[in-house]
Amino acid sequence: MQVELRGIAKRFPGVIANHDVDLTIRAGAVHALIGENGAGKSTLMKILYGVQGADDGTIVVDGRERHFSSPTDAIEAGIGMVFQHFMLADNLTVLENIVLGAEKMHGIGEKARGRVREISAEFGFDIDPDVRVAELGVAARQRVEILKVLYRGARLIILDEPTAVLVPQEVEVLFANLRELVASGCSVLFISHKLDEVLQIADDITVMRRGTTVGTADPATATRQQLAELMVGAELPSPELSADTVTDTPVLSLRSISLVDDTGRTLLADLDLTIHRGEIVGIAGVEGNGQTELVEVIMGMRRATEGSIVLAEEDITRLSVRKVRERGVGFIPEDRHRHGVVLDFSLWENRILGHQTTAPAVRGPLLSPGGARRDAERIIDAYDVRTPSVHTTARALSGGNQQKFIVGREMSGDPILLLASHPTRGVDVGAQAAIWDHIRRARQEGLGVLLISADLDELIGLSDRLEVILRGHFTAQLDPREVTAQELGTAMTGGAA
Amino acid sequence: MSQLVRRVTQMVTYSIVPTLVAIAAALLATAAIVWISGAPVGGFLEAMLSVPGQRDLVIIVNQASMIALSAFAAAICFRMNIFNIGVEGQYIIGACAGAFFAGSGIVPGPLNILATLVVAMLAGMAWAMIAAVLNVTRGVSEVISAIMLNYVALTLAGYLVKTYGSKSGYTFTTGTIPPSSQPLGFGIFSGAPDVWALSILAVIVAVGYSFLLGWTRFGFDLRTAGESRTAALANGINPKKMVLITMAISGAIAGLVWMPSFFGSTHTFGIPEYFQRGLGFTGLAVALLGRNTSLGIFFGATLFAFLSTQSNRLQSVGVGRDVVEITQGVVVLMVVIAFEISRRVKARREQESVARELGATSEGVRA
Repeated sequence: MQVELRGIAKRFPGVIANHDVDLTIRAGAVHALIGENGAGKSTLMKILYGVQGADDGTIVVDGRERHFSSPTDAIEAGIGMVFQHFMLADNLTVLENIVLGAEKMHGIGEKARGRVREISAEFGFDIDPDVRVAELGVAARQRVEILKVLYRGARLIILDEPTAVLVPQEVEVLFANLRELVASGCSVLFISHKLDEVLQIADDITVMRRGTTVGTADPATATRQQLAELMVGAELPSPELSADTVTDTPVLSLRSISLVDDTGRTLLADLDLTIHRGEIVGIAGVEGNGQTELVEVIMGMRRATEGSIVLAEEDITRLSVRKVRERGVGFIPEDRHRHGVVLDFSLWENRILGHQTTAPAVRGPLLSPGGARRDAERIIDAYDVRTPSVHTTARALSGGNQQKFIVGREMSGDPILLLASHPTRGVDVGAQAAIWDHIRRARQEGLGVLLISADLDELIGLSDRLEVILRGHFTAQLDPREVTAQELGTAMTGGAA
Repeated sequence: MSQLVRRVTQMVTYSIVPTLVAIAAALLATAAIVWISGAPVGGFLEAMLSVPGQRDLVIIVNQASMIALSAFAAAICFRMNIFNIGVEGQYIIGACAGAFFAGSGIVPGPLNILATLVVAMLAGMAWAMIAAVLNVTRGVSEVISAIMLNYVALTLAGYLVKTYGSKSGYTFTTGTIPPSSQPLGFGIFSGAPDVWALSILAVIVAVGYSFLLGWTRFGFDLRTAGESRTAALANGINPKKMVLITMAISGAIAGLVWMPSFFGSTHTFGIPEYFQRGLGFTGLAVALLGRNTSLGIFFGATLFAFLSTQSNRLQSVGVGRDVVEITQGVVVLMVVIAFEISRRVKARREQESVARELGATSEGVRA
């Protein structure tokens, strides 16, 4: 089954999630869709699966234009989706899970059981229809999910990051199953950001960035570096640093920081790092290699298992988040909705967030709504936050404006250190340039910055020094004035070019 | 000035109008049920909408004060996004402890009142802490443990009174408050009993509640943790600590719930004759009805007290008085629906106004 998406666009108030998306999935092929978090992959999937309607563009299935107003329509057209989080009832058997909602097709008895056995055998799934799902492992559950969509007659199967939950051997099995599927004429849309796997399984590759498809690649000839470059892009206004402002005064020193989680996995391994006044240190790495944990440990959200953290000559290893913030640490979190703002609070209330113990937002144990309002207005002016007033809730603002507000808030009160995680993710180009300007200006005034980003241009352009993080280790130090995006990409994936 | 106008307009559009619609709908729904059951609808509406006499007014005020106290206990937890369904048990324990203490006369004269209130608050708080600690340390849902603790509280109070109280008639009671510790009420009407002195507690708690939530750093932390635990954690608020403190405050307020009645008329404690059960659950409904705001809670408490007092007249027109519980239930349901609708309308209007602010520049995003 061939599926074409042409000129798909989806707008949310103030945000353009998808625009000019073109994608052609050939019959009998595994098509990989890759892109960073927030590139618009999930919105596109939801449109293709009928969860959300597109504002613009057409979906063509085998030459016929289709409109999906719900997943039921998409299933009817032969499109099935396996979500990253499985949707199975543990206490029901495999058969019961599969026929649930599709009772009309083959009933719920012998006929249905026969059909499940048939599909399972055809693609080598090795699934017993009468076993309870609770007794199955993750990989088997995933096969049940695929069985479920095949049972409903899917000819295109969308898999959302299917390998995220699997160990390498299971990935091999999954890939073998997928090859069986495409050999029988089914198509697979494989969504991932693991480049090795994509190169291994895909017949076609499409790359998304900032809400649109930016290119295609041939897995036979493309390299990881080329894909990484396409994903993070090089077309953006490039951040350039002015004169060197780095001093010899350390603001933050990490000494042999290690973090081991409850299950004994090592998340951070023996990290040493010093950030000086007026210095921006960039942490480069593929997402999920310890960046989040590093920030949480410094902020005091998690306790390091070993090692110490010194902020301006004071040991802050065991301090609470509030104490750390009181000592002049600004924090731009990677997930602004979960950590950066309270969506249903007005902007002036969000001005207080994270600064509940410092003027002008509070006076002793009392809030100072007047002070918070005035300072929120100052931020709105200085950071060009587009909002009708300080009484507007954060939820009503677009992502870029929320982010500008957060940056403004975290820069207020003259912090000595700024932890910036993906400070311009999901932000439009204009706001991005503005945020870079603000960070640069603060650096000139002596701010130390720990910059974590997936945007290689941002990392190279803003940082005075780069550390590469891989599986919780710092594996390389690079000079951003000399390194190229290719070299950085190689270092990040831990391989030789 | 313009801000005042803005707030008043917002309140009328998003609070008062939906509430009035909800009440009207609830009365109509109840009338429909009365009609279906074959009872006189005209009589029902006339009885419910008649003007209460002086005596009834006093009862309404007295009852409203206790319902409001219970609602504040529930509301502070709602703001923190925890469901303290245990207000019922906490106020039983508070009432029992307070009554034993007051009746013992350890502290003489009017000071006894103050000391009793403290004892009742501490007892309610201690009871609430059981559910809170279980929640924080072992992850036990506060709803489940608190519901069960409600029954434990009832049984425990009964046991204590039977063991340490004295027999009066068919029931056991605690000692009576010494006359020197019985406060005078507020005599508003010459022909009716006084309004209970300690109904003033509802006003004091209301002021404290508004101040705490709206004006203090602690209140901000509480509301933040209620809205988003993750945001709280990232911004220096320990959600577990907030659960403990909030439940403690809630339990303390719950401990006060029955005090107006105790000092105002009962003067002794004994289940079932010398106690009023069910205020904890009424409080939960009223907190929902009042959207967890002081004014809303006062309004809701008065409405509920009004409805149950008026229902006494229903018997004389041949309608069961329990039918009023349908009205109360439907009011809560309708208010929840009406406010959800008005919230969505508000959110949409806000987004539209932001979109206008962005104006032509929004197209620039595509560049």
